[in-house]
Amino acid sequence: MTDGPNYGFDTLQVHAGARPDPATGARQTPIYQSTSYVFRDADHAAALFNLQEVGYIYSRLTNPTVAVLQERIATLEGGVGAVCCSSGHAAQIMALFPLMGPGCNVVVSTRLYGGSITQFSQTIKRFGWSAKFVDLDDTDAVAGAIDENTRAVFCESISNPGGYVTDIPAIAAIADKAGLPLIVDNTAATPYLCRPIEMGATLVVHSTTKYMTGSGTVTGGCVVDSGKFDWSQNDKFPSLSAPEPAYHGLKFHETFGELAFTFHGIAIGLRDLGMTMNPQGAHYTLLGIETLSLRMERHVENAKKVAEWLEQDDRIESVTYAGLDSSPYAERAGKLYPNGAGALFTCAVKGGYESCIKLVDSLEIFSHVANLGDTRSLIIHPASTTHRQLTEEQQKAAGAAPDTVRLSIGIETVEDLINDLDQALSKATA
Amino acid sequence: MSEIYSDELLRSVLKRTKTIACIGVSTNPVRPSHYVARYMGLRGYRVIPVNPVYAGQTLFGETVRGDLAELTGDSVDMVDIFRRSEAVPPIVEESLAVLPDLKTVWMQIGVRHAEAAAQAETAGVTVIQNRCPKIEYQRLFGELRKGGFNTGIISSRL
Repeated sequence: MTDGPNYGFDTLQVHAGARPDPATGARQTPIYQSTSYVFRDADHAAALFNLQEVGYIYSRLTNPTVAVLQERIATLEGGVGAVCCSSGHAAQIMALFPLMGPGCNVVVSTRLYGGSITQFSQTIKRFGWSAKFVDLDDTDAVAGAIDENTRAVFCESISNPGGYVTDIPAIAAIADKAGLPLIVDNTAATPYLCRPIEMGATLVVHSTTKYMTGSGTVTGGCVVDSGKFDWSQNDKFPSLSAPEPAYHGLKFHETFGELAFTFHGIAIGLRDLGMTMNPQGAHYTLLGIETLSLRMERHVENAKKVAEWLEQDDRIESVTYAGLDSSPYAERAGKLYPNGAGALFTCAVKGGYESCIKLVDSLEIFSHVANLGDTRSLIIHPASTTHRQLTEEQQKAAGAAPDTVRLSIGIETVEDLINDLDQALSKATA
Repeated sequence: MSEIYSDELLRSVLKRTKTIACIGVSTNPVRPSHYVARYMGLRGYRVIPVNPVYAGQTLFGETVRGDLAELTGDSVDMVDIFRRSEAVPPIVEESLAVLPDLKTVWMQIGVRHAEAAAQAETAGVTVIQNRCPKIEYQRLFGELRKGGFNTGIISSRL
């Protein structure tokens, strides 16, 4: 939305959104631990409540610390605005909420985090929404799944758990042709490795719990809007194009233009769904983002070395990492994700389910946890945990077959990680 | 949303402007043409409402004018157009003819007219299309930051 100075990523991850505190001059962004904010006078209050002025009313809607994080993520992703919320799952609902209505569906990738598959295949049905799962490598199937009730296409940039890399420009072109927004979950890549908006995505969602925060301290989510979608091109998106009864008939798109989705996220999404990020959480995530590029470089470097070591090991059946030369996605990863294919992948262990369980239980450095994107290396057996609720067919489609473990490679000394895997694999396959 | 204007240009327009004629103002407080005009008034601009439907009524402390010709002596340096794109050419033509201090023609979000814009630019007038001066003011002078919008402003200064 601006053609101001073109700062580098490393500068923006430290500075975007965060000028010195106007009240105190504090250089680090203060944690504004306040639920509510005083109005100058009755007119000021009325203008705020009518969305005619932007300001702080109540921390369910806006908070000065959270606002800094929102602007920083919006800037790093190249969007016009962002709304933070309490988790990545909350972000997915916040992204779909303005687009969907009873009877509407979203076309989604089969390669998703197991919790997202459950959210889309089961829970959203309670809102009268539904999801159609398709293999995104079959572009005809993606186009064929879109019908008159489809309101969005959803995928992950680098998918969890399989490390599959999505051909975002190809999927964006299909969505664009159908007049639909593409939503990309950029959690596993972060804007340092992938900028979905530049590749044609309309919305980007994050679980900021992962690499953005980095140290496994707080849960959070974020929805970034590109500002590029024409919500008024037809009557499919009435929440954004039609009069809003709760604001005296205000039309979000007509009133706020490219900022419409973000205003709606605050004024309707956070107001009525209430999935707010707290300022303390925003503070941890702001600290994390200051070193995002440095951490991601090490995550990627370590992941590549560990994946290469695993690939040549006799106890391992296969490794899915798209950063390996042997990966069927190596060319796509090199083209679309030039800074690296992330640090999340799976490997199939000889001996199947039982060996996986023993491997997980024998590690000393890797932690057995249901998280990813921590500075610490993490491992999990999806089939018995995160993807447990799925059928075996769904598990395989998601890259989480029973003989598969998922690794989230941290920033430790890589030789220590390899040695740890070596000793544990010996026990697991003995 | 393809028009790109530099922050420097938008900032200089908003700083140099003193008097804005708002064409197509509504008296309905929830219409953008009403609250955008009101907002600019609150930020220190003199805002003169123009709309033949409400001519003679008082809005923002000013008499609503029915026609741009009534503004010749008011030192209007910017017109802000809240009308459909098709209605833009005669407004631009009349503004150029009757407003001797005119420096900027601003067209609101969704309003654009290439020929009329070219005509104004030929006459030495700055043209901003498909933007809202309230949103740009809020973005450039800090207010939008409170909502988590990408202001594009990086600064280590207070």
